[in-house]
Amino acid sequence: MTERRQVLAVIGAGPAGLAAALAAAARGVRVVLVDSAAEPGGQFYRQPAPGLGARRPQALHHQWRTWERLRDGLATHLAAGRVSCLSDHHVWCVERDSGRFAVHALLGPEQREPASVRADGVVLATGGYEKVWPFPGWTLPGVITAGGAQAMLKGGLTLPGRTVVVAGTGPLLLPVATGLAAAGARVAALVESADPTTLVRRSAHPRNAVRGARALAAHPGKLAEAGGYAAQLLWHRIPVLRRRAVVEAHGRDRLESVTVAVLGPDGRPVPGTAQRLDCDTLAVGHGLLPHTDLADGLGCRLDGAGVHVDDEQRTDVPGVWAAGEATGIGGAALSLAEGHIAGRSAAARLNGTAPDPRSWAPAARSRTRLRAFFAELDRAYAAPVRWAENVPDATVVCRCEEVTAGAVREAVGSLGAGDLRTVKLLTRAGMGWCQGRMCEPGVAGVAGCDLTPGRRPLARPVPLGVLAAPPPPDAGTSPCPGTSP
Amino acid sequence: MNPLDLVGARPGAPFTVTFDGREIEVLPGQTIAAALWSAGVVAWRTTREGARPRGVFCGIGVCFDCLVTVDGRPGRRACLTPATPGADIGTQAGTGHDD
Ligand SMILES: Cc1cc2nc3c(=O)[nH]c(=O)nc-3n(C[C@H](O)[C@H](O)[C@H](O)COP(=O)(O)OP(=O)(O)OC[C@H]3O[C@@H](n4cnc5c(N)ncnc54)[C@H](O)[C@@H]3O)c2cc1C
Ligand code: FES
Repeated sequence: MTERRQVLAVIGAGPAGLAAALAAAARGVRVVLVDSAAEPGGQFYRQPAPGLGARRPQALHHQWRTWERLRDGLATHLAAGRVSCLSDHHVWCVERDSGRFAVHALLGPEQREPASVRADGVVLATGGYEKVWPFPGWTLPGVITAGGAQAMLKGGLTLPGRTVVVAGTGPLLLPVATGLAAAGARVAALVESADPTTLVRRSAHPRNAVRGARALAAHPGKLAEAGGYAAQLLWHRIPVLRRRAVVEAHGRDRLESVTVAVLGPDGRPVPGTAQRLDCDTLAVGHGLLPHTDLADGLGCRLDGAGVHVDDEQRTDVPGVWAAGEATGIGGAALSLAEGHIAGRSAAARLNGTAPDPRSWAPAARSRTRLRAFFAELDRAYAAPVRWAENVPDATVVCRCEEVTAGAVREAVGSLGAGDLRTVKLLTRAGMGWCQGRMCEPGVAGVAGCDLTPGRRPLARPVPLGVLAAPPPPDAGTSPCPGTSP
Repeated sequence: MNPLDLVGARPGAPFTVTFDGREIEVLPGQTIAAALWSAGVVAWRTTREGARPRGVFCGIGVCFDCLVTVDGRPGRRACLTPATPGADIGTQAGTGHDD
């Protein structure tokens, strides 16, 4: 008698999900890899659409070798029928279903037709999305997120305009500025509100020396990467303006210029330092936030902004693992390490054995090092403290519902709202199409409330007909097109 | 330099779509947002309250700022939806429904 193979659903085919899928498939578990995108790769390894016939996609990428390993590993498992790939599947909910799990998705860009997968275990590897603090003019066409500019470039081989300012804070701005320049945009400036050179200086400070130096010394690769970006910035003649911020974007129906000002030590723009830069595109970002809706819906504990996990990448819900940026922002290499550990742990546990953490010791070591490194980076890139009070009353903070900072302040002031939920109810901020994903940090900041991750029981808007209908047959057990059983 | 040259792209034969009645050339595989950007268009929606123009913001399907009407159906995310030959794409005013 042959026992039914255990099925692991991996949601998200970025670095974390791919690493988890490969690790689990190599250890006797049947993997169903589910992603809303048309191709695997996630944000970091987003590939040009096949119809564009890119012969050198690596020109837009870093760590291409690693991608080749992931891609080829996936192809081998697909061909052997150990993994099936469900692309264009937008998962809106994962539910516990008599000891197993049901993964509910909507198909394709239309997102009307349902599809469901049954699994014995789930890895949540849903990554993150970008955070942008509001400022006057940020809703003008031509103002886009830094990661969005990168995604459109990598996937669609297109640029939003000719002259770009890249602004905000965080390490993502470096590949975005150099990537856009390499693809032919004129990058008028990289405006970074922090001064990340303090990362090196801080580690030289006796108080931080041990921790900082350890975090950095453990990462010669990361330093070289930073050095590489410095050389590319010089090569493309991209001026880097540190401790400065875009305080306003100007234009009537589309972006025409931005005002950049020096930030004082208190995080406020220093009077008399404003400088106007002409541009047709502003690529702006202030860090990333984890996608936690599916975990939240399953009842998994959150830890700050991300999903809480133990050393094996297990959430506190049995049978559910989480890996990569869904658990906290830390870059592609950390996502790979976490995904690998999650995949090995899941395979062992689904097969009824206790995993041996010694077998993934190298991945665990990189995880420790990279988490320490990103904690250091986070401190170096800490947002300017005063951004919220700099937002004028007339500025829209909730893009969907067009709620202004003034309306949010009124809800707190004269209407007495004391938390984010009440502010939302009074103003409709965060109640629109994006379900608050874009505006929550801004609204919380302007309101002076804590940023509590919004509860979104449905990770995607779901047509009523789908909610009312009986669940569709299991899509995960049939191999995907192009794979032999 | 442009993005296509950078990656040595040899796209399939281009096709056309219309945007607000004007013909636009599209490369196979491009999303509606990529096609419109390549044609120099950055706005294809006006908001419900202020009738303000919007286009791509997040680029990955999260923000819903890039909503557009395709073949008469409003509310499609241009950054996720592939352009198809002959598609009739139009600026979406408000919700795109008569309300
Ligand atoms: C827009 C954007 C662009 C970025 N570009 C870069 C870059 O160029 N360089 C860099 O160093 N870092 C970049 N990053 C940072 C990036 O997040 C990490 O480097 C890395 O990709 C994280 O890997 P991950 O596997 O944890 O998540 P991701 O790579 O984000 O993968 C998560 C996957 O889950 C899928 N997913 C999420 N929710 C669902 C759902 N409900 N249903 C189905 N599928 C779902 C997504 O489609 C995605 O493919 C970018 C981040 C963003 C948001
Ligand atoms: S640009 Fe954000 S959903 Fe399309």
